[in-house]
Amino acid sequence: MWNDILLILDGTLRISVPFLLAAMGGIFAERSGVIDFGLEGKMLGGAFVAAAVAHWTQSAWLGLLGSIGIGIIFSMMHGFASVTKQGNQVVSCVAINIFAMGLTVVLANAWFGMGGKTPQLPKEARFLSIELPFAEAMRDIPVIGEIYYELISGHNILVYIAFLAVPITAWVVFKSSFGLHLRATGENPLAVDTTGISVNKTRYQALLFNGILGGMSGAYLSTAHLGFFVKDMSAGKGYLALAAMIVGKWRPYSAMFACLLFSALFAIKDKPEISEMLKGLVPLNLIESFLEMSPYILTVVILAGFVGRAVAPKAIGQPFSKEK
Amino acid sequence: MPNLAIQLTDINKNFGSVCANKNVSLTVESGTIHGIVGENGAGKSTLMCVLYGFYHADSGSIAVQEKPIVIRSAHDAIQAGIGMVHQHFMLVDTFTVLENVVLGTESGISLKESLRASAEELKRLEQEYHLEVDINATINTLPVGLQQRVEILKALYRGAEILILDEPTGVLTPQEADHLFRILDELREQGKTVILITHKLREIMAITDYVSVMRQGEMVANRKTSETNREELAELMVGRKVLLRVDKAPAKPGRTVLSVEHLDFKDKSGVNRVKDVSFEVHAGEIVGIAGVSGNGQSELLDTITGINPLQSGKIKINDQTITSDSSVDAAAMRRFGMAHVPEDRQRMGLVTSFAASENIILGYHKDPSYNGLIEMNNDAIYKSCSEQMEHFDVRPGNPYLRVSLFSGGNQQKMVVAREMERNPELLVVGQPTRGVDIGAIEFIHRQIIAMRDADKAVLLVSVELDEIMSLSDRILVMFDGQIMGEVMAKDANESEIGLLMAGVHTEAA
Repeated sequence: MWNDILLILDGTLRISVPFLLAAMGGIFAERSGVIDFGLEGKMLGGAFVAAAVAHWTQSAWLGLLGSIGIGIIFSMMHGFASVTKQGNQVVSCVAINIFAMGLTVVLANAWFGMGGKTPQLPKEARFLSIELPFAEAMRDIPVIGEIYYELISGHNILVYIAFLAVPITAWVVFKSSFGLHLRATGENPLAVDTTGISVNKTRYQALLFNGILGGMSGAYLSTAHLGFFVKDMSAGKGYLALAAMIVGKWRPYSAMFACLLFSALFAIKDKPEISEMLKGLVPLNLIESFLEMSPYILTVVILAGFVGRAVAPKAIGQPFSKEK
Repeated sequence: MPNLAIQLTDINKNFGSVCANKNVSLTVESGTIHGIVGENGAGKSTLMCVLYGFYHADSGSIAVQEKPIVIRSAHDAIQAGIGMVHQHFMLVDTFTVLENVVLGTESGISLKESLRASAEELKRLEQEYHLEVDINATINTLPVGLQQRVEILKALYRGAEILILDEPTGVLTPQEADHLFRILDELREQGKTVILITHKLREIMAITDYVSVMRQGEMVANRKTSETNREELAELMVGRKVLLRVDKAPAKPGRTVLSVEHLDFKDKSGVNRVKDVSFEVHAGEIVGIAGVSGNGQSELLDTITGINPLQSGKIKINDQTITSDSSVDAAAMRRFGMAHVPEDRQRMGLVTSFAASENIILGYHKDPSYNGLIEMNNDAIYKSCSEQMEHFDVRPGNPYLRVSLFSGGNQQKMVVAREMERNPELLVVGQPTRGVDIGAIEFIHRQIIAMRDADKAVLLVSVELDEIMSLSDRILVMFDGQIMGEVMAKDANESEIGLLMAGVHTEAA
C-alpha cells in the first residue's frame, strides 16, 4: 500500500510537469490582461520542434532551445494580433491552436514521412533521469529514504526546472517591480498608462515569459516523457493547464496544487489496482472513461463556484487604447 | 510679471472630424488656483489630457515654468512636474495605497526596497499636507473621498508642482468637497499651482483665483474670479443668458400615484443595497431622491421600474399592487402607467447604433399604431418620430440618423421625448441631465415641471444636488440603501442635505 502511494505520487510529479510549465506561462500572460488559451498550440508546437531539433542535432538541450523558440514565435504572433493590432484575443488563440495542430503534422510528414510521427530519439538525445546524490545509499531508510529515492530523486532535469518555475513565477509576479507593472496592467491599464509605463510593452514582456514556458512544456512531452513526437501529442493538456491556472485563481502556488491534483487523477487512472477497487462502484467498461474525465469534471465543478469564486484580472481580454 | 507655471499656445486637437480644441491658449500663474469651466464637451478635459501627454495635440506649443517643452507621454508630463487627478480615478482597485503610489516609480528589480523607501516618503507628505490615509489599505475598501486623496498623494509623490484636478467633486458629498478645497488651499499656500476643471460655478467662485471659460472647443474668456460672478460665467459658457433657477409654482399634491412600502434589495453577492425603503409620490408633485452616487439609488430605481424583480416589500402604482409574488417586468410597469427615463441613456435608454426612429419606439414597439398586419408601419414610426423631435427640440431633426451621431443632450431629449409623449401618470427619471449641456438641461427641467403642472407624479433621482433642490417639491436623501431623511424643498438647505447624504442624522449633528 505504502509503495503504491509512493508510486502514484511519483507518477503525479511526472505527469504534472507540462501542466506546471504551461500554467506558469499562462499566469504571466493573463495577469497582464492577455487571454491565453493558445497554450495548447504552444505546447504542441514546442513538442514537435523539440523532437525534430533533438533528432537532427542529437542534443536534447538544443531541442529544448528550439521549443522555446517556437513558443516565443507563437506568443509574439498572439501579441501582434491582440496587443498591437487590438484584435480579438480569443480568436487569435484559436487560430494559433489550429495552426499548430495542422503545421506539426504537415511538417512531420514532409520531413520524416512517418505519418505525423518523428523518429524515436536515442538515449543521448533525451532528457534522462538524474540520480540525486546518496539516493541509492538512503534507499533503505524507511519513509525519509524511500521518499527521497522514489519521489525526489530520479527525475529528469525538466521536472526540477518545472518545480523551480513555480517559486520564481511567484517571486516575479508578487515581489518584483515588473510583477507590480504586470498585475496593474491586467487590472487597470489606463492607470498604468498615466503613471508613464507602457501597457503594450509590459504585455509583450509578459508574453515573452509566456512563450518560453509554453514552449518548454511541449519539450517535456517529446524529449523527456516519450522519445518522439506524435500527432496531437498535447491532447488538451494546454487547456487543462489553463483550467488549473483559473482554479488556482491566477496564483502560482495555488495553480501548482491544482496541477498536482489533476495529475494525481491521471496517475491513479494508470494504476490497475484502482480500477479493481472501483469495479463494484462503476460499470466495468466505464471505469477508464470515468477516471479520464474526472479532471475535467473537477474543473467544471470548481469553476461553477463550489470552491470559492475565481476572480479574473479585471482588464483581461481588453486591448488597450486610450484615444477612443 | 509673476511666474508662469503653464503656457499653452494655439492648441488644436481633432478627433476624426470633431474639433475638440481649436486654437486654445491658456496661461496659468504659479501658486494660484486656476479654474477652467465649460459645459460637457466644451474641450476642458481634452485640453488637460493634451497637457498631461495623454493625447497628442495636432498643433500648438506648451511651456512649463516658462520653458518650452514637448510632452509626448504621461511620463514626460510627470518629469515636467505636472500631476493629474483624473475624473475616474486611475487607481488599481486590488492594490494597496502604497502599491498604487509606488507604481511606475520603482527602482531595482525587487520591490521591497522601493516599498520601504516610499512608505517613509509618504508619511512625510501626509504630514506636510494633512492628507492622512492608511497606506496599507486596499483601494476598494476606501471611500471615494480617500481614494481621491490617494490620487493627490500619488501626484505629490512624483514631485508634482502643478496639479490638475478633473471634475474632482463629482463623486463627493458637499462636506467632502469642502475638505478637498481645504487641501487645495493648503497646496496653494505651499506654493503649488492647481488647475481645477469643473462645470460647477459654485466651486469656481468658492476656491479659484482665476477662471478661464471654454465653449465648443474654444477659450472664450479669462477672468479674475473676484471680478466676475456666476451669471456672467454661465452666460459665457452657454453663449447666451441662462436662468440658473427654475421658476415654478407651488405644488398641489393630489392622490397617491406611487407608494413603496418596506422595499429591500439584495444584489448578487448578497449585499443589502436597499434597506426598508418606504415613500409615496402624489399626483402633481416632484419627489427628488438625493444622495452620493452608489448609495442604493440605482437599485431602488431598477426595482421600482420592474427591471429587477421585487424581492420583498410592496409597490402600489395606480391601484395596482405588486408584491414579491407577482411576476412583473418593465413592460408591465409601463402598462400600469409608468414611464421611465433611465439613468444611463447609452447603456439602458438607447441602442446607439440604431436610427432615431427605431429608438423612439423602443419599449412601445408593439403599439398597434406602429404596426401593420405583418410588418411594422414605418411611415407612422417616422411621422411620430419627427413630431417628437420637433416637440422636444432634438437637433438635427432627422429620424433616419443613427443615435450615436447625436450629441449627449439631444440623445437625452430623445429618451425624455419617448417617455413623456405617452403621457404617463407617473414619470420616473434617473439622472435626467447627466452629461447634458446647459441649454438642454434648461429644456428638460422645464418639461419635467410641465408634467408636474399637468397633475402627473414625478420621481426624480439625481446625484446633482443643485438639480434636486431646484426641481423637487419634496426631497428624500439616501445613504447606504436607507432613506436618511425627508425635507420639504422650500425650506431645505444644502448643508442639512449634505449631512444626510453623508449618513449623519440631523438630530445627531
